[in-house]
Amino acid sequence: MSTTEPAAAVVPKFDDDEGSGRTLAIICSKGNLDMAYPGLILANAALGEGVQTHLFFTFWGLDIITKARMADLKFTMLGNTATHMPQGLGGLPGMTAMATSKMKKSIAELDVPEVPEFLDQIVGSGGHLWACRLSADMNHLTTADLLEDVEGIISASDFIEKTEGAQLLFI
Amino acid sequence: MPVTTLDGHEVHVDEEGFLTDLSEWDDELAGVLAAQIGLTLTDEHRAILAFLRTDYAERGETATLRRASAGSGVPVKDLFRLFPQKPAKKMAYVAGLPKPVGCV
Repeated sequence: MSTTEPAAAVVPKFDDDEGSGRTLAIICSKGNLDMAYPGLILANAALGEGVQTHLFFTFWGLDIITKARMADLKFTMLGNTATHMPQGLGGLPGMTAMATSKMKKSIAELDVPEVPEFLDQIVGSGGHLWACRLSADMNHLTTADLLEDVEGIISASDFIEKTEGAQLLFI
Repeated sequence: MPVTTLDGHEVHVDEEGFLTDLSEWDDELAGVLAAQIGLTLTDEHRAILAFLRTDYAERGETATLRRASAGSGVPVKDLFRLFPQKPAKKMAYVAGLPKPVGCV
């Protein structure tokens, strides 16, 4: 039986040790449907790569984790030239509802979950959700109004402290 | 495509090490692949691998984490426990499938 020199095994490098030190902080400041998804998708991607991820929901972004609002975020053509539709159309009655429903359908077709389910997945993946103290106070919201998975209503300084050394995204 | 030898099994892989020939995979090889990345397979792991293989055969692409969870009925949290840090890629590797390409 002939023997050949065994070559080094080719095995994917998942860099578990390197990945464990990385932290991402995402500040979600917008409550439009189309502005909620970028933060959620990036958070989900980072978690899937073993990156510790914190999301801070502030100003309109608080809608994303507010129970009464999170399943009902909207998309409007108004002020968004990227739809390449006449801006006047966007102001007509029913247009925002139509644009929202169309966007939700496109998202669902790509097998991307709706916002509440997406947040479940992010939390299940080990993501941390934080609400902004000032925004909660402005809207008279307490923890009872927010998704149970939100770990706390904290100040901006607390968030900065918690995410020391993190890479940061403002959306 | 390079050929690599893992614990006595000769397999075709891409540059990163993911298997490129579906037919080379079997239950025994799954255990070998898992060992390469520091995992010991249990029935829980194997149930997920079985789902991924079936799903790939039907759809022609590797399930993303969300699909793997929804399809296998295993919560995302448990997928992270079973395949720590990078579950989607690790599951695909051990199942002998290409890396998932979907974003979510």
